[in-house]
Amino acid sequence: MDENSNIDMNLFPKDVTDAKILDMYKTMSMARALDAKALSLQRQGRAVTYAPTLGQEGTQIGAAFAMGENDWFVPNFRQHAVFVARGYPLDKIMLYWRGFEESLAIPPEKKTLAVIVPVATQLPHAVGVAYAQKYKNTGSNVVTYVGDGGTSEGQFYESMNFAGVYKLPLVMVIENNQWAISMPRGKQSAATTLAQKAIAAGIPGIQVDGNDVIGVYKVIKDALAAASDGPTVVECITYRLSMHTTADDPTKYRNDQEVAFWKQRDPLMRIKNYLVKKSLWNDNMENELADANLKKIDEAVEKSESFKPDPQSMFKNVYSYMPDVLEEELDEASKANFWQ
Amino acid sequence: MMTNMVGALNNALDLLLKESEDVVLLGEDIGKDGGVFRVTDGLQAKYGEHRVMDTPLAEAGILGTAIGMALAGLRPIPEIQFAGFMFLGFDQLVNHASRYRSRTRSALPVPMVVRTPVSGGVRTLEHHSESPEAYYSHIGGLIVVEPSNPYDAKGLLIKASHMKDPVVFLEPTKLYRLFKQEVPDGMYEVEIGKANMVNKGDSLTIVTWGTMVPVVRNVVTKKNVDADVIDLRTINPLDEKTILESVEKTGKVMIVHEASLGFGPGAEISARIAEKAMYELSAPILRVASPSFPYPFPGYENFYVPNEKKVEQAIEKLLSM
Ligand SMILES: Cc1ncc(C[n+]2csc(CCOP(=O)(O)OP(=O)(O)O)c2C)c(N)n1
Ligand SMILES: [Mg+2]
Repeated sequence: MDENSNIDMNLFPKDVTDAKILDMYKTMSMARALDAKALSLQRQGRAVTYAPTLGQEGTQIGAAFAMGENDWFVPNFRQHAVFVARGYPLDKIMLYWRGFEESLAIPPEKKTLAVIVPVATQLPHAVGVAYAQKYKNTGSNVVTYVGDGGTSEGQFYESMNFAGVYKLPLVMVIENNQWAISMPRGKQSAATTLAQKAIAAGIPGIQVDGNDVIGVYKVIKDALAAASDGPTVVECITYRLSMHTTADDPTKYRNDQEVAFWKQRDPLMRIKNYLVKKSLWNDNMENELADANLKKIDEAVEKSESFKPDPQSMFKNVYSYMPDVLEEELDEASKANFWQ
Repeated sequence: MMTNMVGALNNALDLLLKESEDVVLLGEDIGKDGGVFRVTDGLQAKYGEHRVMDTPLAEAGILGTAIGMALAGLRPIPEIQFAGFMFLGFDQLVNHASRYRSRTRSALPVPMVVRTPVSGGVRTLEHHSESPEAYYSHIGGLIVVEPSNPYDAKGLLIKASHMKDPVVFLEPTKLYRLFKQEVPDGMYEVEIGKANMVNKGDSLTIVTWGTMVPVVRNVVTKKNVDADVIDLRTINPLDEKTILESVEKTGKVMIVHEASLGFGPGAEISARIAEKAMYELSAPILRVASPSFPYPFPGYENFYVPNEKKVEQAIEKLLSM
């Protein structure tokens, strides 16, 4: 689906019904509303440094819908929309941005690894998880994410190469949002596309319009269907409409025209226009959805803000047992009451 | 000029770039953006993209390239955006920067200064708050420096860049903009390997550095503690002489650092005092540090980093022994 909501029927995936498109749209709206809330909470001092997803919902929701419930998800730090789509509790997502490890106490059956901040360092984990699926013959696949900037790290190449050698059921999504903080895509690599980096590892590399949620869905779905034969790299072309994080000032390095250009390619707008054209959506429904989303988000925020940290939990989750020397540090800290 | 640490460092880099064409800066977002803390603000516009280089996102690439530049006669000053990400380039420091000189019997030294922000207290995400001085000091062959005020920051950075050694230059983010100080406009050097006595007293010696310097000074001032307070400034090689002279006078010593306790920098200092001044001591050596596990998420950091209360209690304990 292009930015004018025209669909190329030759490419259109057969399993995508209007109901599914509607569902995708609603999930994207929720992710966007949550993003706006997190940003505003940060501005009020009620959240720590926040990394927005605004404009990247197509890349994230398309993949999340293509993934099966049993597929693993190995994120970096900017896939909150995938978390939303996979049903991760909203209050837990908000708790992460309030700065507590309890937000990442992810039940193993969720098949989701932790939010990872050091760029590209989670990619080898995704390789290991994929190896374990093949080894145990679970039939599950793995989807992991890396930014355009992250493709410059050695661990990106190492991961692609491992996945190729062992023919692992892994889809590496390059979320190319055109910027790595202040570094434009063109200065990150002399390669014409990031997808072509896959060639060196001997695995398929595909480029897709990341703001076309249906396109992303199809490409990832196909890659997952082929995953038993080996990995695929999928470069999603999208755009970070917001700042890198709340600590960043994008006016230092990019101009308004560029942002305006991409606003016209907004992933939500084109889906919404499509639904409206087909009389599946109207302003009334939009308002109702916005209200319902806000209500859920407000409840989640309230829950996350009622969380009371227990400093002892820092000590009790370091090892599988409590060593004497650490127990002593804990006792000393508790007795002295440094925490008041 | 009156300036904070960011201004002092920016000014030092400006003077170094002006002083010699051999000086080049490289790192993530240091050019157009001026660095995420604005330490390199305006320098690319002034000296060009070939001297203030925005690099691809790759720490091993940055540090390895800087080593190559240094081996070929340049004086690179690479920046790693946060100390937590320097571990992706750790190999280059451990296996090469530290030993190129000894490997070639001083024929090929590595004159470079690796700048990176360290330590916490500013509510940042995971991996933006580490205090890694022990790792780099343990290697041997790397000089490890950490200023606690704008004056020292400028003088130490200039001195570091004038040396023929690899220097790991740790900049506490919490102190970047905490206060301003009068700093000379021109070039000057602060000696490396020499600690600074920031308070004089007879009852107790406190050895500290980085973010803990203002914490210790606050307690000492508020509670009128009769203590020698030593701001190490250079962690490796250690200024053992200043420490031992003070301990011989006071007979009591505590070490205060933000890095975690276990196998931390305090252990080395403590061991040296025990080895060389055991009989001058009238009480056990005390260490005040963060607990022995990695820096927590920001919601927990106030429970983790040593605060004034913790320092005060330790001082009372030591003085009562
Ligand atoms: C190893 C490492 N180096 C540096 C950083 C600091 N940093 C955080 S995000 C970022 C840019 C990432 O760009 P990209 O991979 O394109 O992802 P995006 O932020 O655009 O989603 C940088 C340099 C980091 N988190 N990890
Ligand atoms: Mg990017």
